[in-house]
Amino acid sequence: MDNFVLEGSAKTPSVDFNAEKGVLELRGRSIPENSIEFYKPLNEWIENYGKSPQPETTVDVRLEYFNTSSSKCILDLFKQLENLNGSGTNIKVNWYFEEDDEDMEEAGEDYQAIINLPFNMIEVEEI
Amino acid sequence: MANIYDLYKTMESNKVMLSFKGRVTSDLLMSVLQIMETKLVAEDESPKVRKKIYNVLVECLQNLYHHIDKEKEGPSTSEIDEQSAIFMIAKDGNQYSIMTGNYMDSVDVDKLEDKLKLINSMDKDELKQYYKTVLADGQRSDKGTAGLGMIDIARKSGQKLEYHFLPVDDVSTFFSLNVKIA
Repeated sequence: MDNFVLEGSAKTPSVDFNAEKGVLELRGRSIPENSIEFYKPLNEWIENYGKSPQPETTVDVRLEYFNTSSSKCILDLFKQLENLNGSGTNIKVNWYFEEDDEDMEEAGEDYQAIINLPFNMIEVEEI
Repeated sequence: MANIYDLYKTMESNKVMLSFKGRVTSDLLMSVLQIMETKLVAEDESPKVRKKIYNVLVECLQNLYHHIDKEKEGPSTSEIDEQSAIFMIAKDGNQYSIMTGNYMDSVDVDKLEDKLKLINSMDKDELKQYYKTVLADGQRSDKGTAGLGMIDIARKSGQKLEYHFLPVDDVSTFFSLNVKIA
């Protein structure tokens, strides 16, 4: 299947979903006024990927900021992955946050508490 | 012309960094965020504070944006431009204030006031729990808003939200919000 690559913009993150590697990356900031529009194609890609996934799938979330409109869409993305987990692929999430960015660290912990997927919290100097 | 000077002095004494009155559009929102990002770097704020302010600003401005986006039922009988709003960003010492004001339907005041009272009654951990509950419950409007904005603003601010409701005519109320970040 095709990979899904989008360049980042001032309001939306860059997307690099690679079907051969089984690596799904979101990077940058996610602050669109209406996030549903932006995230819908991502959900559709994951749905297709789920039909023939790699044995191991890694989700790399390297977000600098996201608004509350995005937070719901990101949850939906994780829920979708949660449903895929164990049926042909083992999924793990790497949640990156910058040093001292407690807000982003907490945001990762919030998802970790809601979603039944293994989360690695990774502190980095710069996203 | 003396009015302009009065306005200037008022803003100066309130240490206003940036202010706007009018309709908050998507383009305006982006410009303001870019200006503020540059200003915060110039103020030599730590990345942590910059991100907090940026985050709160995004939520506050998007609240105003979604507010004007709202479709009105029937023609407005009011003389006022309900889609016009005001916001100001001020810095006094180490404390930033993000102030917004917008008209709202008076019938919606109780619901918003209850929510703000609830948020202000909560400590840090309770807010975190409340955020997670609302996030997980799956409700969402067709605009993609999920009722998380004010909770998130309160979490990032770490201080109580200051607000005021001023009835302006039979149907409209002016809602003022002041979010402090230190």
